[in-house]
Amino acid sequence: METNGHEHVIEVTDLRRVYGGGFEAVSGITFSVRRGEIFALLGTNGAGKTSTVELLEGLAAPAGGRVRVLGHDPYTDRALVRPRTGVMLQEGGFPSELTVAETARMWAGCVSGARPPAEVLALVGLESKAGIRVKQLSGGQRRRLDLALALLGDPEVLFLDEPTTGLDAEGRRETWELVSALRDGGTTVLLTTHYLEEAENLADRLAIMHEGRIATTGTPAEVTAAEPSRISFELPDGYFVGDLPPLGELGVTGHETDGRAVRLRTHELQRTATELLVWAARARVDLRRLDVRPASLEEAFLRIAKDASAHRTTGTTTKEYAA
Amino acid sequence: MSATLTTPRPAPAATTALSRMTALARAELTLLGRTRGALVAALLVPLVMPFSVRSAAEEMDLAEARLNTGTLVLPAAVGFSLLFAVYSVLVGTFVVRREELVLKRLRTGELRDVEILAGAALPAALTGLVQCLLLTAGCTVLLDLSPPSAPHLAVAGLLLGLVLCAALAAATAAVTRTGESAQATPMPLLLVSMLGSGMFVPLELLPDRLASVCELLPLTPVVTLVRGGWTGDLPVSEALGALATAMAWIVIAVFAVRRWFRWEPRR
Repeated sequence: METNGHEHVIEVTDLRRVYGGGFEAVSGITFSVRRGEIFALLGTNGAGKTSTVELLEGLAAPAGGRVRVLGHDPYTDRALVRPRTGVMLQEGGFPSELTVAETARMWAGCVSGARPPAEVLALVGLESKAGIRVKQLSGGQRRRLDLALALLGDPEVLFLDEPTTGLDAEGRRETWELVSALRDGGTTVLLTTHYLEEAENLADRLAIMHEGRIATTGTPAEVTAAEPSRISFELPDGYFVGDLPPLGELGVTGHETDGRAVRLRTHELQRTATELLVWAARARVDLRRLDVRPASLEEAFLRIAKDASAHRTTGTTTKEYAA
Repeated sequence: MSATLTTPRPAPAATTALSRMTALARAELTLLGRTRGALVAALLVPLVMPFSVRSAAEEMDLAEARLNTGTLVLPAAVGFSLLFAVYSVLVGTFVVRREELVLKRLRTGELRDVEILAGAALPAALTGLVQCLLLTAGCTVLLDLSPPSAPHLAVAGLLLGLVLCAALAAATAAVTRTGESAQATPMPLLLVSMLGSGMFVPLELLPDRLASVCELLPLTPVVTLVRGGWTGDLPVSEALGALATAMAWIVIAVFAVRRWFRWEPRR
């Protein structure tokens, strides 16, 4: 297994996590991450991403199921796993009165085979801040310090919990480049994010979590392919959805209306759009605010979030057709 | 962010428990030096309080307890040092590090749990140790204290006291929610120890029944052993009893920490 290029360095089976009050944050999830892969956990706030990552990091014992990181249980075999992993928590965790250099030096003393602290600070562009107290850093600079420390021991497996939250656009792009380069060097990366763009750009594979479960998983292309494209517009006064050609014949798999606004879902974007526009031209109907949009991760994400909220609200009317 | 990511290096040097704790203790020492309030309390209180013990001593019949001013004040001074320079400081350290998520962050690394607490406790424990040595020197010079007759008892008492105060501080931190409440939660042990552990009033001068209860307080064995170390007239049975009491408190504190210590803030 060690020599196999497709070795699974993270294996999660039926994993559950229950907090003291009985709240089940992770409700039986299964996935695995191959060596040298970037795997993203996506999800709304409270979906269970951080609860999951903390179990992988070995910070807590699962309530059920199994975690293996590099072949070991990260909670009970802590001493075997920790020297080979790097962790960036969702929130810092640095004494505010230490300087950046002092913080890095302290961590270097606790990491087997640590690289020189100055080297990792340069890697994240913090070399000029070495003498600054942590409390004086901006949120983005703190994220970068955290990333630097996670990289100190050249880990085989890197856990990044929302690595770019609080970074500006450029800092985010630089972090993406850094993480990609690490992956190219053979590092396995598990990251959580709520930036869909981040997952789309960075992840080899991803899972979207919702309410403690994995709602969908695959490569970004696979996850997106399962989603319909969308066409939205507003009908002028006096026109109703019933005035459109039969939607099933347009290739529409579902639609929603909200006042004058209409949203169509289709897996045949070109055909549906063409026939809709041909109809509109012939009927001399002005489709205001016309928006034609191919499937994206965002669609998948929003659908998963909405499927859940649809159970709770009935503000819009939704109709599904048999595909 | 464009530097080379993987530079070839020799096989990584593994850390040891000692190297990890040293790195952590070094950072904590820096932090202790930057926390003015805690530092002043830790350094000054144990130097000032013995004077009030000394003035209280003038109203006691020390001869009845076969004590003198020196053998009353020095054990009390050691007690103040342990309580203010070690115990109170460490309650604050543990709570603030937890609230800053430092403890959680440290637990993601190679440090074991006990190393995190011990490493963080080391600077305060060293401060207490140095302070006790200075107080001993001061009492010897100023109060004509003769050299200890049974130094091994004093050493045992001091070392047990350092471990006990660090463990009790972690246990106290377990029931302390914020850095602000860390000002208040050490108070019970401070007051009980000052009143009942023979710091102001030697147990020999208390009614027997009260004294036998006070013997069971956490800091009493430390005061008893240090005092016995100087007077040399502590019976073996009482010395063993004090050692057992101190060990029992350490076991209780360690159990409480393992059971209730929280590594991250309540949210």
